[in-house]
Amino acid sequence: MKQNRFWSFLFLAIGVLYFLLPLIGTFEFSLKMRRGVYSLDAYEAVIFDPRFQATFGYSVMMALATIVVGVLLVVPTAYWVRLKLPSWRPVLEFVTLLPLVIPPIVIVFGYIRLYNTSSWLPLTGTAMGTNILLMFGYVVLSLPYMYRAIDTGLRAIDVGTLTEAAQSLGAGWITIMWRVILPNVFVAVLSGAFLTFAIVIGEFVLAALLNRPAFGPYLQLIGANRAYEPAALAVIAFAITWGCMALIQVVSRFAPRPPAQPH
Amino acid sequence: MSDPFLSIRQVRKAFGPTVVVQEFNLDVKQGEFVSFLGPSGCGKTTMLRIVAGFEEPSAGTVNIGGKDVTALKPNQRNIGMVFQAYALFPNMTVAGNIGFGLKVAGKPATEIRSRVGEMLDLIKLQDFGNRYPYQLSGGQQQRVALARAMAPRPQVLLLDEPLSALDAKVRVSLREEIRAIQKELGITTVFVTHDQEEALSMSDRIVVMYNGCAEQVGTPFEIYNRPATRFVAGFVGTLNVIEGTITDPTAGTVSIAGGAVSVGNRVAGRKAGEAVSLALRPEAIALGRREGRDGLVKGTIREVSFLGSVIRVRVAVGEALLSLDTFNNPASPPPVAGETAEISFSSSDMLILDR
Repeated sequence: MKQNRFWSFLFLAIGVLYFLLPLIGTFEFSLKMRRGVYSLDAYEAVIFDPRFQATFGYSVMMALATIVVGVLLVVPTAYWVRLKLPSWRPVLEFVTLLPLVIPPIVIVFGYIRLYNTSSWLPLTGTAMGTNILLMFGYVVLSLPYMYRAIDTGLRAIDVGTLTEAAQSLGAGWITIMWRVILPNVFVAVLSGAFLTFAIVIGEFVLAALLNRPAFGPYLQLIGANRAYEPAALAVIAFAITWGCMALIQVVSRFAPRPPAQPH
Repeated sequence: MSDPFLSIRQVRKAFGPTVVVQEFNLDVKQGEFVSFLGPSGCGKTTMLRIVAGFEEPSAGTVNIGGKDVTALKPNQRNIGMVFQAYALFPNMTVAGNIGFGLKVAGKPATEIRSRVGEMLDLIKLQDFGNRYPYQLSGGQQQRVALARAMAPRPQVLLLDEPLSALDAKVRVSLREEIRAIQKELGITTVFVTHDQEEALSMSDRIVVMYNGCAEQVGTPFEIYNRPATRFVAGFVGTLNVIEGTITDPTAGTVSIAGGAVSVGNRVAGRKAGEAVSLALRPEAIALGRREGRDGLVKGTIREVSFLGSVIRVRVAVGEALLSLDTFNNPASPPPVAGETAEISFSSSDMLILDR
């Protein structure tokens, strides 16, 4: 038993070192901008850089738009498939997994080919059109995470019976979605939203090839031209991702608890 | 019957090639409590869901309060439904659940508060308004589900096996409570169950269903004592079936293993030598000769089960094994297996199973 514990701790320590050492190294390096002492100069330089503010603000706005569109698309779809078309679930699972298999560069070249200025829907012809295209691209990239989070939430409740109970009390579809289903999968929706936020904030390929001023291309630009600032940006990006993960943990404590089911 | 409040006419329901309800007709009076009783897969829940609007009938109509509701959606029918799985909304408190239907109907907040209070009084959970469903026991959840279904004053209350998930003691107390509340409010109720005891104890009338058809519709007394078919006789209560042969149709005599019985004019019109199935409830058979009982046969006691206040004895008569119940008498010991015994019964208690 004791020996088992030793090996468990050993592998845990190796794992922790594997993940933490590069981070600690990066963090330590980001503090060395001022010669001879540790300082937050690199962070100051990054945060007060107008390009950082602009690109970060842009990516936050894109992330919020992606979350809204993603939720509006995925919640009703996942709900309807669970309720009325359960045999279609494997198809939906497959479709939502495709963005993990198809590289973003293939997706973005497909977009450029389909929606260029000489196409029937020239979205890339204007900045707003390209923003919309980019946002839909982000919706596609976040689909595997958003769908799984929401589907897991729906699995935890008896969707069919709750829907019928609400219908028998006079509720229509909008009321059922808004007052019964959504509040009961709200934590799952938030989990999906935080994952989407983390993905969009660091995304590079779509934004760079669609030439939009997002945070990902800014990270790449700074990384190619500066020494300490990229390390600071990497730490900030990690902090945002971890912050999102922590928020998922926090909000999951406030999820409505399903009552004990009869057996 | 006065004008029916709920009227089901020629309803048929098929899922692909499988017919689950066929030629179903039923009239329910206002304030009546009707149970659909039958084994799993007999179509009782499907029929209830057709009344609720969750299933569309392949043919036939459903009228509620004189209005054809067959084409209406469930949320347009003004029905209340209680489910086996409770189906309380986990994100709402007990008060929120009970007030949901009223809120959906756009009632003012003061009216909702007062009606929720009334309902909480009715189900005796006055102090539970702020609790969440996960903080309640199964019985309490089902009482809340009942209050929630009744709060918007539905025209018809539909109960889909609401007691099946509860333990035996709660089930008995809750069924009495449901019946009392139903009588107090005078609400027309359709109750689905596979438990004959529930159906017999709660209902004004019972519809016994089998293979998608209503085998018999009647009061609990009629269903138990005068079953119309072999299925009803076998499904409701315990039944001893004895195969016999008609010896004299005019005199009404039938020969069975161990003797002959007279069934009066109930085999009139049939032929001598024709096989006939006779049935007797265990409580209609007595051990030994009894005054006023015209049926008497001999058999051998095979099994004696002491059930407390009642002793169930199994007696072999020819090839048939008959069960009979006798009250426990502390002064006399129960019979012993292996003994020869006479059993007596009244031929008027004997049922003739035609189909």
